[in-house]
Amino acid sequence: MSEAKPAEPVREEGLYGEPSANRILARIRSALRDVPNDERPEDVEVTRDYVDSHAVGDIVDLFVERVEDYRATVVRVGEQDAPAEIARVLAGHGVANLVVPPGFPDALLARYEGSRLSDDPPLTPAELDASDGVITLAAQGIALTGTIVLDADAGQGRRALSLVPDLHVCVVRSSQVAADVPVAVRALVPGRPTTFISGPSATSDIELDRVEGVHGPRTLVVVLISG
Amino acid sequence: MSRDEVNVVWLGSPTFPKAAHDALQDDQLRRNLKHATTTIRDKRLRAVAELDDWETLRLAGSQIKDRVMRHLDTYLLQLEASVTAAGGVVHWAEDAREAKQIVSDLVRAMGATEVVKIKSMATQEIGLNEELDDDGIEATETDLAELIVQLNHDRPSHILVPAIHRNRSEIRDIFRREMGKHGVPAPDDLTDEPRALAEAARVHLREKFLRAKVAISGANFACADTGTVGVVESEGNGRMCLTLPETLITVMGIEKVLPSFSDLEVFLQLLPRSSTAERMNPYTSLWTGVTPGDGPQEFHLILLDNGRTKTLADTAGRSALHCIRCSACLNVCPVYERTGGRSYGSVYPGPIGAVLTPQLVGIGTSDHADSLPFASTLCGACYDACPVRIDIPEMLVHLRAKVVDAHRGGLPKPEALAMKGARMVFGSPRRLAWAERLGAIGGRVAGIGGGRWLPGPAKKWTGARDVPVPARESFRAWWRKAGRR
Repeated sequence: MSEAKPAEPVREEGLYGEPSANRILARIRSALRDVPNDERPEDVEVTRDYVDSHAVGDIVDLFVERVEDYRATVVRVGEQDAPAEIARVLAGHGVANLVVPPGFPDALLARYEGSRLSDDPPLTPAELDASDGVITLAAQGIALTGTIVLDADAGQGRRALSLVPDLHVCVVRSSQVAADVPVAVRALVPGRPTTFISGPSATSDIELDRVEGVHGPRTLVVVLISG
Repeated sequence: MSRDEVNVVWLGSPTFPKAAHDALQDDQLRRNLKHATTTIRDKRLRAVAELDDWETLRLAGSQIKDRVMRHLDTYLLQLEASVTAAGGVVHWAEDAREAKQIVSDLVRAMGATEVVKIKSMATQEIGLNEELDDDGIEATETDLAELIVQLNHDRPSHILVPAIHRNRSEIRDIFRREMGKHGVPAPDDLTDEPRALAEAARVHLREKFLRAKVAISGANFACADTGTVGVVESEGNGRMCLTLPETLITVMGIEKVLPSFSDLEVFLQLLPRSSTAERMNPYTSLWTGVTPGDGPQEFHLILLDNGRTKTLADTAGRSALHCIRCSACLNVCPVYERTGGRSYGSVYPGPIGAVLTPQLVGIGTSDHADSLPFASTLCGACYDACPVRIDIPEMLVHLRAKVVDAHRGGLPKPEALAMKGARMVFGSPRRLAWAERLGAIGGRVAGIGGGRWLPGPAKKWTGARDVPVPARESFRAWWRKAGRR
């Protein structure tokens, strides 16, 4: 980053007089007297010979296996059959009142017969809470960890949409599946609000017994469209 | 000492030796702990074994942290600039008191009297909830275990599963007794099934999430180059707090900064497998400043020192700041497994607590802090388990020496006197021979009637051990005789 540096923020006096940032930075510099003045951060070696991916075999199969490991449901379908399959999934969960984020492809919901809640203008948390579920696209899938990644791009909606309703149906295309975490992180767009979802909400706080569904959606269905 | 004068909140338990002694008498606690630590330990080994480059990842994690620590000022300034550019506001807090003041002022400026909280070690360390309570602000913990602990006016005993010392029927009783006092009560017919308990928590908290104006979180990491802050969690309570309120206040220890966004590729592999022993935790949230139309429209990041710069100044103790709060070291520690987290007296229990807490507080400032480096067998299991290779055993030895140095001058402690005596005896063959003869007689006298205990200050030592009966004859005496044959 060699562009123009942002202006130093104006520092106000802290609780103890002098601006707190100045005091803390001075303490850090004094604590680091052992670090040579001409040492740059890059001079501290970081060995990055860890592997980019631990995945073996077909990564889409692995993705399905690992998502199911987290007790989420995966439905595999071809492009042609996707609208019918999505309608079947929604009907199967009794969805009559579906939250649909802006930019979600109409074609995928062609066979769905219930009513749609648009998030434009934004729904209130209470309206989201009262809905039967939400359907979104995803930014990526991660095979090794069975993760779906949402980054609020078109068809994914703002973060609250995939959080408050009790059912989340997420449409992932097989071409979006990354093999492992390093590969996925490199494809992220920093700056976007990003959520990694690995299975439904879960807790093990009571005697280490796993319970699914505390605050996030209790049911996660991943519709995986091949091709 | 008033709350304002300490930077790390002590949990009100006595110093480690006394607290551990009491904990050892509690069979239920020991059973709960053994079950918990054994389960997580085994699961973690399996999760780690899946990655054949684990050691390489650990090394990278440790080197990245090393780079951060050696250039912390640079990275913090860079983080401040990136967060500011993304629409956030950065505050700096030298100690607990200053951090609490900033939070309290921000919440009051919003006109809010209640806040929802994500489980955060940094806010526990500074006792934030109690401070907000003094200012008329009710802070609700939304992590299930933290909620259990908070409702029971209890103290956490584990970094990852803070209510691990409570079993299901205790939790049901707490919910039935306390929930109604703070919002939606628990149903009358609440059973002790974990599923039913989790549902009660869901209903109790959902009402709070939907109306909360302000949320407070910690941070697992913050990337200096992009200003992206991250929180990993399981339940979705974190996402609720990070997404629904209008204002988000994040309190982050200054050591949590990472050089770059791409370093997440290392830590998102190391952290979940080390802490919950999963391939990935259910939810990871990353946000950068504020995003119009999505989530809180006001974001404050408080960079907390609170003893960290003091820790940084000790080159041998510095790497305690590498800690990513995964709690793997707790689950492999034979001392933690038997004494539980509350014996350590601070919110950081187990091996990492034994090195981090005394450094944050300062060696030689309290009996609590000074007792912690001795709460270990130095077996080394914590070093093997640590995903960022913190050499805890070596640091414990280093801190023990500092404790001893801090107590030089003034009246010597009984151990110091005993050691001085030992040096005198071992220093001369004649004196040693005399001592051996005396010991043999004394031992036999003490052994009369089967009593295998020592009197006086040594009584404590024999409280849990038998004194070995000394040989009738010393080795030297035997050698002299044997040599004549």
